[in-house]
Amino acid sequence: MEYFLQQLINGITLGAIYGLIAIGYTMVYGIIGMINFAHGEVYMIGAFIALIAFLILEPAGGAMLVVSLVVVLLVTMLLTSVYGWALERIAYRPLRGSPRLAALISAIGMSIALQNYVQLVQGARVKTLQPVIHGGFALTESGEFAVTLSYMQILIVAMTLVLMTAFSVVIARTALGRAQRACEQDSHMAALLGVNVDRTISLTFVLGATLAAVAGMMVVLYYGVIDFFIGFLAGIKAFTAAVLGGIGSIPGAMLGGLLIGLVEAFWSGYFSIEYKDVAAFSVLVLVLIFRPTGLLGRPEVEKV
Amino acid sequence: MAAVGGVARTADGRALLKDAAIGAGIAALLGAVIVGLHTVPRGGGLDIEPRWGELAGGVALVFLGRLALGLVRARRPRADALAAAGGLATAASGAVWPTDFLAVVAAGGGFLVALWALASMARRTSRAAVALDAARRLIARNSAGAGRWIAVAALAAALALPFLPGADRRLMDIAILVMTYVMLGWGLNVVVGLAGLLDLGYVAFYAVGAYTFALLALHLGLGFWECLPLAGLAAAAFGVALGFPVLRLRGDYLAIVTLGFGEMIRIVLTNWVGFTRGPNGISGIPRPDFFGLPFAAQPREGERTFSEFFGVAYSPMQRIVFLYYLILALALLTNFVTLRLRRLPLGRAWEALREDEIACRALGLNPVNIKLTAFAIGATFGGIAGAFFATRQGFISPESFTFIESAIILAIVVLGGMGSQLGVAVAAFVLIGIPEWFRDLQEYRMLAFGAAMVLIMVWRPRGLLEFRAPTIRLQRRGAASA
Repeated sequence: MEYFLQQLINGITLGAIYGLIAIGYTMVYGIIGMINFAHGEVYMIGAFIALIAFLILEPAGGAMLVVSLVVVLLVTMLLTSVYGWALERIAYRPLRGSPRLAALISAIGMSIALQNYVQLVQGARVKTLQPVIHGGFALTESGEFAVTLSYMQILIVAMTLVLMTAFSVVIARTALGRAQRACEQDSHMAALLGVNVDRTISLTFVLGATLAAVAGMMVVLYYGVIDFFIGFLAGIKAFTAAVLGGIGSIPGAMLGGLLIGLVEAFWSGYFSIEYKDVAAFSVLVLVLIFRPTGLLGRPEVEKV
Repeated sequence: MAAVGGVARTADGRALLKDAAIGAGIAALLGAVIVGLHTVPRGGGLDIEPRWGELAGGVALVFLGRLALGLVRARRPRADALAAAGGLATAASGAVWPTDFLAVVAAGGGFLVALWALASMARRTSRAAVALDAARRLIARNSAGAGRWIAVAALAAALALPFLPGADRRLMDIAILVMTYVMLGWGLNVVVGLAGLLDLGYVAFYAVGAYTFALLALHLGLGFWECLPLAGLAAAAFGVALGFPVLRLRGDYLAIVTLGFGEMIRIVLTNWVGFTRGPNGISGIPRPDFFGLPFAAQPREGERTFSEFFGVAYSPMQRIVFLYYLILALALLTNFVTLRLRRLPLGRAWEALREDEIACRALGLNPVNIKLTAFAIGATFGGIAGAFFATRQGFISPESFTFIESAIILAIVVLGGMGSQLGVAVAAFVLIGIPEWFRDLQEYRMLAFGAAMVLIMVWRPRGLLEFRAPTIRLQRRGAASA
């Protein structure tokens, strides 16, 4: 039971991170109908920026912990969102309206280029960061297996909840959110009604990159180990999460992320840690076969 | 081309400078942390070392590049002249740049801009424009015939390659590699180009073929020639097995699921140590023999070597040349089968399915069988290529079958123009042959590869060779030729 509880906590933490990345996939897919294959790389770059920012602020010491966390968060979000913007501008915008395969290849090319760019400028070695946030609660003391809920895990889940709420408000209430939903439904019609489609798409990428940046920062804090290759697997799993939740649906992305995180945590806890990626991929295959629209997605009606 | 932006039409110098400055500012933001601050291991942890020189160099290059782009797009004589001069000056400024990489980018980029600007100037002088136009029209009119002649010439060159002067070990190795990718590209072309099924996990079949051969050779002592068809069959079986669950999916979903299958096979190969020897890989895979005559300096008991049989001196190049012809033959077989299949009802059904699945179903075609045969046939060629890969390397490990291989093969098919056999060969040459020749620039190779994928797609979204020979041509009114 204690073991189960611990895996549940780990799974929810992991799921929160996947969910944040998944939102980027789901929004982009919703608005331009393509897989932003380089989104995992954006998350990886966010992790690197956060790592470097922490290293710079390290001398400031523990007393300033909250301040430095906020500073790192803002810097990471800002600089990573520029990557999201530039990505769309360079690799996707010129290809709008061309065959879908062309955009996909361009996205894969961008993903390869970004990975190797980071490898080139920051080196291929694994980067480590000393834990910034220590400690946690011990939930059970009695059993032989102590269940801990670390402050870091609380921070990750709390921050994800705050961001999700803020994000839902942006999508539901603001002009940007309305424009975004309008473009998602029918970008031609939205353009005719005076919505600046190009700008809306750009902002969608920026928002997605911002959330991915937060996910990257939390991974640096939580695991403390990153390299230039982390974007690939995390990206695919987050995409799986987006599909599982129903692509185009933002609550679905969050739910899917949570489920993928739980599947991975329980699989590595009870079966084998080597095959945890296979478990995540199997979920993807099963969902697509039996419920292609995902858990919360709208069925797509095909018309002739 | 909304992406060109307003600058293209206003050749106003101030606007150009502003645009270039914005570009440079964005580059500075992009690079500020990732390029400008380098993490270096020190003691137990990491330390930061600023690298402002590199950052400034990169930002300056982006500024110059963006300016040059604006100048050339302005389509004014003075702008072109300025861009040409600036490009040449940048190309010449080798010593200023803080790193080799920036110097190479400056030299190459400057040279390209100068060339582009000069071409743009030439286009304006009437005689050159007329000649260019006539040439373009000629090519457009005769592209079908020209394609055939180019194909024949390329085939002749490929056949003669080992006997050309300068065909040393390195060149032949690269040629074998390029031909392997041509074969893989043609194999995947059946699935992606003809049947329109987007497969991002093609490397799985390549791996299945390679491991089938390696394991059969290891446990049962079978040779290359016995295993070649078996590798193809095993891959085909996997193609059907993996294809079946995903039949209902289309487009990007299919791509992601096939990607997942490819990764799953690699993870299983890595972790099932008892069966596949895991990450250590399988070594000592038998080399191919020349129809029973091995390539060796010394014959074994009761055997004759290739060199003895033909009475020529032994040379290690003989095996290389044989391998080259082997993969050439396999690739041509792939091409031949594909071309013939396209004329069968099956091939027609593939192409019809690619164009419109609903119409196909309405006409009574069974999409399940059609898709599965496409998967199976594409996988067969992948498996055969895998067996060839195993025998050429003599060693295989899961490391050789990563997602990046699938991406490269798919890029070859798409850059080649989806369904154009000649285009696939050209794209394999461009994407594999040229980077392989610059293997010394190892670090920058994959960066340039990814960037090239983006740039080629932006430049030619329909592939390098857009032209695809129509399967059916209407000759007279109402008469469809076969």
